[in-house]
Amino acid sequence: MISKFFTFCLGFCFAIGLGISQMTRPQKILAFLDLLGNWDPSLLVVMIGAIGVYFPLQKCILGSFPKGENTFLLPKGEISYRLFIGSAIFGIGWGIVGFCPGPSITSLASAHPKVILFFFGLILGMLSYVYIPKNSKESDL
Amino acid sequence: METFTPFSALAGGVIIGLSSAAMLYLNGRICGISGMVSDLVTFHKNLWWSGFFLLGMFSGGVFLRIIYPFALDIEIPIPSILVFFGGILVGFGTRMGGGCTSGHGVCGVGMGYKASMIATFVFVFFAMMTATLLYHFFVGDPRP
Repeated sequence: MISKFFTFCLGFCFAIGLGISQMTRPQKILAFLDLLGNWDPSLLVVMIGAIGVYFPLQKCILGSFPKGENTFLLPKGEISYRLFIGSAIFGIGWGIVGFCPGPSITSLASAHPKVILFFFGLILGMLSYVYIPKNSKESDL
Repeated sequence: METFTPFSALAGGVIIGLSSAAMLYLNGRICGISGMVSDLVTFHKNLWWSGFFLLGMFSGGVFLRIIYPFALDIEIPIPSILVFFGGILVGFGTRMGGGCTSGHGVCGVGMGYKASMIATFVFVFFAMMTATLLYHFFVGDPRP
């Protein structure tokens, strides 16, 4: 129960991080993705900040547990055609709306009808990949 | 460049990185949002764990709406049908590619996975091409 509460708190903090950096606003994302407009590199700085903190911390966390005793569920990092095609499809969707999954959840709190519509599309897209193709295989990310 | 907000971007990024690292420490998992949403809608065994994180993310949004409403000042100038279609592509693509900006972009790249670096390069590249074409030539440049 305690860990569930902490997990809730981490989601909350994650959302605050998105909000402070305005990643909850698709206009801000699109200002980075649209290279010919009034280019705004803020998204790049968010990624540098996040990876810059995550990289050393994950090394400490994974290293602090004795080998063979860890319970980490890490992805295999398989490189297949799915990785390329899937990421390209995601990229096209992201470029159309300016939302990736995380910010769309936090921005649902705005009750903006188009955000809700995006969220329904997101779920439909996920379900159609998981249930329709027979060879669907999910990675852990 | 006049809307560039480097300090708030760095602060937000650090908080995102810290939360993701805490997730690895606490639950031994990659903090991938698309995977969590998928767990929730497919009734995967991680349902509870993912559900609490996502509930936290939504509650964070409600909190932001009260203390920092600018974060939720959202403008989407494209037609609804295109928004829905974009959502389908993001949902389908993140599942097929095994991750999104958080799972591949932050955690996977931060762990040095070659697959995540490839995925991040591919989705950023396609997103840039799509957004530049759609917004610069059809909708009008976004004003953040």
